[in-house]
Amino acid sequence: MLAQAAAQDPGTGRGRPGPPLWLLLELTYRCPLHCVFCYNPTDFGSVGRELATGEWLRVLEEARALGSVQLGLSGGEPLVRDDLETIVAAAHRLGFYTNLITSGVGLTETRLQALAEAGLDHIQLSFQDSTRRMNDFLSSTRTFELKSRVAALIKKYRYPMVLNVVLHRLNIDHVEEILGMAERMGAEYVELANTQYYGWAWRNREQLLPSRAQLRRAEEVTARFRERVGSRMRIFFVVPDYFETRPKPCMSGLGQVFLSIAPDGVALPCQAARMLPGLTFPSVREASVRSIWYESPAFNRYRGDGWMKEPCRSCPERGRDFGGCRCQAYLLTGDPANTDPVCELSPHHHLVTEAVDRAERRGTPLAAEQPLVFRDHRAGEDSRA
Amino acid sequence: MRAVDAAARPAIGRGFRLQWEPAQEAHVLLYPEGMVKLNQSAAAILTRCDGVRTVADIVADLERTYTAAGLTPDVCAFITLALGRTWLELLP
Repeated sequence: MLAQAAAQDPGTGRGRPGPPLWLLLELTYRCPLHCVFCYNPTDFGSVGRELATGEWLRVLEEARALGSVQLGLSGGEPLVRDDLETIVAAAHRLGFYTNLITSGVGLTETRLQALAEAGLDHIQLSFQDSTRRMNDFLSSTRTFELKSRVAALIKKYRYPMVLNVVLHRLNIDHVEEILGMAERMGAEYVELANTQYYGWAWRNREQLLPSRAQLRRAEEVTARFRERVGSRMRIFFVVPDYFETRPKPCMSGLGQVFLSIAPDGVALPCQAARMLPGLTFPSVREASVRSIWYESPAFNRYRGDGWMKEPCRSCPERGRDFGGCRCQAYLLTGDPANTDPVCELSPHHHLVTEAVDRAERRGTPLAAEQPLVFRDHRAGEDSRA
Repeated sequence: MRAVDAAARPAIGRGFRLQWEPAQEAHVLLYPEGMVKLNQSAAAILTRCDGVRTVADIVADLERTYTAAGLTPDVCAFITLALGRTWLELLP
């Protein structure tokens, strides 16, 4: 949502990039949930030792000195870290706007009070569905009632209630119930974010991709709901890019405004970028945030448009969508420098439309012939549902 | 849209924060997961919306600071827009 900021750089990022306005700290990959649509890497169990408190504080200072201003605290589940309050307090003192992105698991009143006192600005609470059965099924846990309690706590501490629900084939038909739940909870903002297919979601793509009819119904329901509630509740509906004909301007271009630090200190231009082949992403354990952002080959690799292939290279829209998503190009075509196959001009666009067509032909949700793989640190065959 | 009352006291909306960002050489308005970079006139108005000064006070201050006159319509139009986007709220 840094659209305004990104809009100030209409070029394709030639020359020295601006500061990393958006800093995301993925404090840990540990999480009590096991969501089938998680974008964390599927081998997260083998990622190295997490940064210590002091190391996170140094990252905050260095990034703030560069001009970072929006801070996301995410994971995994950031509340798993018992130094979250310390990190929030330091970030607040430095002038960051602090956003906690949480499943709510672990958010007791004691911790919420401490976070509020530390200066936490904002909380985004995720739900997996509107009913206990589906929420608990999709996250492979029993968390629905806990989340409802957390939602009430968030209201009590006068934070705006911001709900995020990741949509996919198995819950998209419940959009009306999901919005109804959000309304009952007094949500001010609801983000209905269709699954993006990375990590665990990529592994489960065939079971998660909705049909066109499902998507259309969900959009209609959302439009009607919007009309009824007006400005009382703002609803964002993020269309899954597989149904588009132009790619998303992923991260406003890699290395332009967004910097993510993985639990082990590896700096990434997008949370999913660790998968990109041929790049060594530097760690904040070994280099300063400044040198990583401005000088590292990995961050410079996909800046500007020199790396682009046709049809992007000569496309008049390359400064608008930056060729789409490198990770998606890699996952679907094997080459991250290819045009994101979501684009109908891509010679690989059929890979996307074929996946959508397969989703179209599939039967009733949950009658999947392939089992869903729940996110699990063992990441093996034994974690299948 | 209703005209803003000259006696109203606007303040930065809950959940928003206004601050100077040296790296951007601009005032910015921060809100959940987003940011607006403000131009000079927007910043001049918003930095005066402290919940104490009335709209009339703000206009008078701006006219004095910038040795200008007749700023009321522009200031009121901006405040109306900012209220609509919840950047500002009116204190009772």
